[in-house]
Formats: sequence, structure tokens, C-alpha cells
Amino acid sequence: MSKQIDIKDLNIYYGDFQAVEGVEMQIKPRSVTAFIGPSGCGKSTVLRTLNRMHEVIPGASVRGEVLMDGSDIYGAGVDPVNVRREVGMVFQRANPFPTMSIKENVLAGVRLNNKRLSKAEADDLTERALRGANLWNEVKDRLNLPGSGLSGGQQQRLCIARAIAVEPEVLLMDEPCSALDPISTLAIEDLINDLKDKYTVVIVTHNMQQAARVSDKTAFFNIAGTGKPGKLIEFNDTSVIFSNPEKEETENYISGRFG
Amino acid sequence: MPTSTQTTATGPAAGAPGPALGPDVHGTKPKAVIRPGDRIFSAATLIAGILILAILAGVALFLLAQSKETIDAQISDPSAITGGSGFFAYVWPLVIGTLVSSAIALVVATPFALGIALFTTHMAPRRLAPALGYVIDLLAAIPSVVYGLWGIALAGNLTGFYIWLAKWFGWIPIFAPGADGSVSNTGRTLLTASLVLSIMILPIITSLTREIFLQTPRLQEEAALALGATRWEMIRMSVLPFGKSGIASATMLGLGRALGETMAVAMILSPGMLTASLLVSGNQTIASEIAQNFPEAAGLRLSELISIGLVLFVITLLVNMAARAIVAKTSVKGS
Repeated sequence: MSKQIDIKDLNIYYGDFQAVEGVEMQIKPRSVTAFIGPSGCGKSTVLRTLNRMHEVIPGASVRGEVLMDGSDIYGAGVDPVNVRREVGMVFQRANPFPTMSIKENVLAGVRLNNKRLSKAEADDLTERALRGANLWNEVKDRLNLPGSGLSGGQQQRLCIARAIAVEPEVLLMDEPCSALDPISTLAIEDLINDLKDKYTVVIVTHNMQQAARVSDKTAFFNIAGTGKPGKLIEFNDTSVIFSNPEKEETENYISGRFG
Repeated sequence: MPTSTQTTATGPAAGAPGPALGPDVHGTKPKAVIRPGDRIFSAATLIAGILILAILAGVALFLLAQSKETIDAQISDPSAITGGSGFFAYVWPLVIGTLVSSAIALVVATPFALGIALFTTHMAPRRLAPALGYVIDLLAAIPSVVYGLWGIALAGNLTGFYIWLAKWFGWIPIFAPGADGSVSNTGRTLLTASLVLSIMILPIITSLTREIFLQTPRLQEEAALALGATRWEMIRMSVLPFGKSGIASATMLGLGRALGETMAVAMILSPGMLTASLLVSGNQTIASEIAQNFPEAAGLRLSELISIGLVLFVITLLVNMAARAIVAKTSVKGS
């Protein structure tokens, strides 16, 4: 249920502009990895290459390898649609489908996989996914109401439920708490802690305390200046990054001294 | 804010400026500052809004006043009205002809329009899409006289198809051949007119729906794609639900145009009695009936034509109200 990700010499481009250069990383299964770094350093871009969502943007391209348990997701003949069915994603702003009910939102991904669900199976899966996202108790009485009626934090957990309902191997989160209040943020952080028992979780965050709280490993990205590609500066255990980083650049960033 | 201070300085007519700062000691509410720019703007928009209503009311009043003669005739001597059996017997075949031709045009044009709009917004290669959109918009710029000429040319080429339709689908009343077993040999039937209408309303539906589809929130599209949706599934999950109300209003605008289209229908259709079959000559629409008879009409005949114009006016009004109701019902709330 959970795969290891090996990133080898990953270079990412938007048209002719190189956004990220030479990333090497190994992400272990059943762990939480946080990507931190200043704005524009390419951490979200790297995250989006892990489920081939990067290429949705016109002109975007990738060179290098991303291996999921050894097989390259950029290999010849690999269908990005299949990659995305194995690698779930949660976005910066909650994006439940506005015309669908809470239950339909949870089941949206499963229905895409052309599975025919009996009503009992559908009910069961809805409950499991919503419990997995710590949302069941709050919404169990209104499963048929629109998902857009929930609060921001609940909507984000609904999106997590939607992502885990298809039982992905990997779960990517792109600043999932940046639009949420502290209480909702705490709820999501607790959830991330539970999720790592089953999934490989990769999270991009601007909040260094959050990275320190939720992740096992942390990757620090930085950029030399505008127009230059972002680079992976340091990748290590979270405890090492936040207490005794190897690189001075990392030390400067986490202690708030930039440049 | 250099502009706002300037306008207050140059505008002594800015109304009684209330106390600018601090609480009012006398307990009366301080008046809001009104700037001349805002006043002029709100007056201009108000005039524009009232003007539209006034013109609409004027048109309705004119049609009603000019119809009076027909209404009087209907009450005193119905046999004086064209056809000899009263106004309603005269107008209802025209109403049916108008509605049928517009409905066919809509049924044919809408799927094509949606397909083209989806293709240009979500499927076409980046370089091709704008060019294609431009060509579709050009269709709207072709005068309806030209469509009429083209429709006449088209009619001759459609007869073979109509014979085939009558042979195999003649058991459906709308494709039934005439009493002598043949179809119109000029092809100038209501079906031809409807097909030309469908091409005429294609650009308006296409460009409106294209604008709607372009506004689909990127986050919604990515939500579907990240779940492993194919492009078509993404369109079905994100683009179409979001555009539903827009699609409804675009088709209603297309319908409005089809209902009122005159020139092309008047040129193509060889009019006649109301018949169920679309393959034989016959049928007539309101707009084309007016255009063909107006030049020689006088007295009661003129009033009759104006009163069927009133009927058309009411039909388009109802269509627009229905469109409003649909849009209000289906519009998506939320992101």
C-alpha cells in the first residue's frame, strides 16, 4: 500500500526556463517528508512532478527519473492518468466538486476507476475514507448535502478523504494548511500523523514549525536568485535539519537569517 | 489618492459634506461624502437602464396600438381576417412553424457548439485554438442575406438526402413524404431553413460557452486530474457542471436569435400550409411571414402582420424569462 520514491537527477522546465536543477532524493515508504524553502524555490514544482501534475501546465517538461518502487513514472508508455490514480494529491486550497454531495465527492475518484460499487460497498467506503480523514463524526448526518457547505478545514479534510478513498500508494500535500485557521491546521496535522501508517506522505509547507511537528525527513530547497533554478540544498532527518543542519544555508533559513 | 482629493476640491457641488472626522456631538448621523464623479456615473447608468425599459415598453405599446384594428376585427367579424376563420386560426400555424424551426436549429446547433467550444478550450493544440475561435466568430459576421443565398444553393443539394430520409424514415410523421409519395423537389422546406438557422446560431452559442469553459477554476480541473481523471472525465466532472448555467443561457440566446431570424428563412422557405412533414414544401415562420407580406400590406392586413409581430415579441419574452429561471436554478455556488 505504500511505495518508495527515488528521485534521480531531476530537472524541471517551464518552456526554456529551468525551474529546478539536479534533485536527488530517496523517500521511504510509510514516512512523512516535508519540503521547505522560500517562495519560488521549486518545492511545489518538485511535488507536482511526483504525480505528473506538473505537465498539466502548458510548456512544462521534465528530465530525469522518478522511480516508484523501482519503475520510472516518466518511462516510455507510462500513462499519467494511471500514475495519478496511484499518487493522491491535496491542494493548497480545498477544492471539493461544488455540484457534488459530500458522499459523491468522496467516491469521485473511485467512480473514475470504472469500478461498479454496490450501495453497501459505497456506504462502507465513504465511511472508511471519512473516518480516515477524521471527518466522519462531523458529517455523518449530512452526507447528501453539498461539500461546499462545509467549513474550510472540513473541506480540506473532505479533499483528503477523496484522495485516500482510492487507496493511493503515495499522498502529496501542497501547503494543505496555508488557508486554514490554527485549530483546523492541528486537525490536519494529527491526520497526517495517522496517515503515515499507511501511506508515503510528502508535504510542502511554508510553516517550519509544521515541518518540525509532522515530518520524519525534511528537504530544504533554495534558489540563488530570480531567474536561477531552484536546488535541493539539504535532505536529512527532520531532527537534524532543525537542530544541527550540515549546510550553513539551511541554518540561516531555519533560524530566520536569509541570504 | 490624488484623484479623489482633486474631485472634492474642484467640486463644490459635492452635496453637503458631513463632518469629516470624529463623532457628531448633536447625535445626527453624519452624511456620507458624495463625489461628483460617482453622481455622474450613477446618473448615467440609471439613464441607460431606464432607456432600455422605456424602449421595450415603447415597442410593446406600438405593437399593441397597431394591433387594435385586428383585435376589433376579431371581435366584430373574424371572417375578415386572412384565412377567413379568425386571428388564432391564422397565427397558430405560424407559431408552430417558428417554434419547430427554432427547436430543430437548437437541437442541431447545441451539440456542435459545445463540441467546438470544448475542443478550442480544452483539447485543441495551443496554436490552433485561437485561430479556430476566430473563424467561428467570423460566422457571426456573415449577413443573413448571404446565409439565405447559400441556403437556396444548399436546398438543391439536399433533395437526394430528403428522398432517402422519406424512403427509410417516412414512417416518422416529420419525415413523411407528401400525398403523392414525393418530397419537395426544390428542397426549399422547413428542414432546410432550420439547418441554415442552426449554422446561424452556432457562433453565438459557441463563443458564449467558450468563454464560460475558459472560466472553469483551474483548481477544479486539477482536482479531477489529480484523482486520475482522463481529459474527458475531467471535462465531465469539472468543466460541464461549472458551465451548466452558462450553457443554458447561451442556448437560450441562440434560440432567441433563431426565433427572430427573418431574411434567411424568407429566402429559403417556399411557404405554404402547415404540414407535419418537414420534407415537403409548406409551413411558415412569423418573421418570414411578416417580411414577405409587409411591402404590399395595408389596412387590416398591415395590422394583422403587426399583431403576429406582437405574438413573436411575447414568445421571445417568454423564452428569455425561461432562460433567466433556468440560469438562476442551475448556477453553481462556491469556488
